[in-house]
Amino acid sequence: MSTAAPLALTGAGLAYGERSVWSGLDLTVGVGEFLTVLGPNGSGKTSLLRAILGLQPLTDGRLEILGRPARRGSKSVGYIPQQRLIDPATPVRARDLVRMGIDGDRWGPGLRSHRARVDELLAAVGATSYADVPLGLLSGGEQQRVRIAQALGTSPALLLCDEPLLSLDLRHQHEVTALIHETREATGTAIVFVTHEINPVLPWTDRVLYLAPAGHAIGAPDDVLTSANLTALYGTPVEVLRSQGRVLIVGGDEHTHHVDEAHE
Amino acid sequence: MIAQLAASTVATSTLTASGDDWWSRMFNFDDYGELLSLVHNSIIAGAVLGLVGGLIGVFVMQRDLAFAVHGISELSFAGAAAALLFGIDVVLGSVLGSVLAALLIGVLGTRARDRNSIIGVLMPFGLGLGVLFLSLYPGRAANKFGLLTGQIVAVDDARLGVLVAISAVVIAGLLVIWRPLTFASVDPDVAAARGVPTRALSFVFMLLLGLAVAMAVQVVGALLVLSLLITPAAAATQISASRLMVPVLSVVFAVTSAVGGILLALGGNVPISPYVTTISFVIYVVCRLVGRRRSKRGWTRRPAPRSRTSPDVTSGRSASDVDVR
Repeated sequence: MSTAAPLALTGAGLAYGERSVWSGLDLTVGVGEFLTVLGPNGSGKTSLLRAILGLQPLTDGRLEILGRPARRGSKSVGYIPQQRLIDPATPVRARDLVRMGIDGDRWGPGLRSHRARVDELLAAVGATSYADVPLGLLSGGEQQRVRIAQALGTSPALLLCDEPLLSLDLRHQHEVTALIHETREATGTAIVFVTHEINPVLPWTDRVLYLAPAGHAIGAPDDVLTSANLTALYGTPVEVLRSQGRVLIVGGDEHTHHVDEAHE
Repeated sequence: MIAQLAASTVATSTLTASGDDWWSRMFNFDDYGELLSLVHNSIIAGAVLGLVGGLIGVFVMQRDLAFAVHGISELSFAGAAAALLFGIDVVLGSVLGSVLAALLIGVLGTRARDRNSIIGVLMPFGLGLGVLFLSLYPGRAANKFGLLTGQIVAVDDARLGVLVAISAVVIAGLLVIWRPLTFASVDPDVAAARGVPTRALSFVFMLLLGLAVAMAVQVVGALLVLSLLITPAAAATQISASRLMVPVLSVVFAVTSAVGGILLALGGNVPISPYVTTISFVIYVVCRLVGRRRSKRGWTRRPAPRSRTSPDVTSGRSASDVDVR
């Protein structure tokens, strides 16, 4: 691989005043790689995303995207947010949201319609049939499909997914994760997928970054998600159970991961 | 007002006659042509205001700022009343009041709940100040009343020039920030992730909104600013979601209300605002009915949802049952 990696962290650390969120992070995400970021609330998952987006400067080390320091508004990074109920009165069609992903950050009224490109993006995520429907009238799964199309508007080298499955039911969780997987196969974009719940993305995950109070671990899911590893990371006894190809992490009350954990 | 009404009732001996009197006070088109030439400036002001109100209303809706508009207009009224009392330019006072209010709301109220309580605190204070200044003002009562409920004859050439200049600033400002402002209003998280300066935009927008409200106060009065800054945009979003059609319809509705209101008000002896508010309200009701029919039928033809149940999905479901403890 001669080209620069979509994401490279070298000795990266972040602290808010005295409190260190994470430190000594060395990680390179290659073209088309699917990295899943796990960890309890407050472990710095959101801060990591903000750092990659160039919204949060590091306190230590380097963070590079395609070999260049992360900067605000980079076209190389796409962003898929949590699914959020949009007011049905919001006068925005799916196609308008996708278009914002192409040139929404530019000044001026924007008279070019980019119609062909928008249609292409909507078709790629299977959202053509509801392109002209206001966003508020779409189901959660449909909204997330439109979100993926929006994030692909600048053909990013790196796609950040910030808990995109929250408040989706299992069928839609599966559809959305499969679509993100297909997207990286088709476009070669690398995926950084932040989630509370490993199981929906377990089939596609190449590597896991586990952020925890007492450090972090990086590696293949089977290597990272072990009772011994997580016990060390949390500093309290944690047990990892495997059942029917699914992983269940059982620990102290506050760190328990389960499907119902659908809040921030 | 009430005294006038009582006097006219006394003057006319029968009930029917007093009914006719009310009617002629509202609609009287004698000498209409002469009147029209007198309010030439007001009609231009109304059209310009419709343009500004229709455009900015789209963002007011998107950013859920209807209550803020009302709060700003009350402080604009206080500014105008103070200007009247101290003998400075009323438009200037009105602009100062509303820009100050807009910036206060913008700085202090970044979260919706915060914002509403701040507006709730500012609004009665502004109205109270305005009432105080007006009570101290020794001039004609019609001037006072006009600030709250609108006036049409007061637009001379100089004032029209000021109104048009302020409008040009607001429209130019909106056009420059149009795309990022839409992005930041509709989809703030992703906009921020894409590097859109959401806070700075919010600040600039509040400034433009303050200017637009100050203008609207000059024509429709402080109490009824919403009829030109909210109602037309709200009506437009009932019948369209297109990023082009919503602003276009909103402007058409606002101009129709403002200019139509002025033309009707000419024929009567009552303030302009009832005409403007009634026209914009009727437009809203019609759009609402059209929109309801439309959402019943569905916005577009969509194929019936596929009843796809792949093996993966089924296994996902059963596994979830295992997870439930």
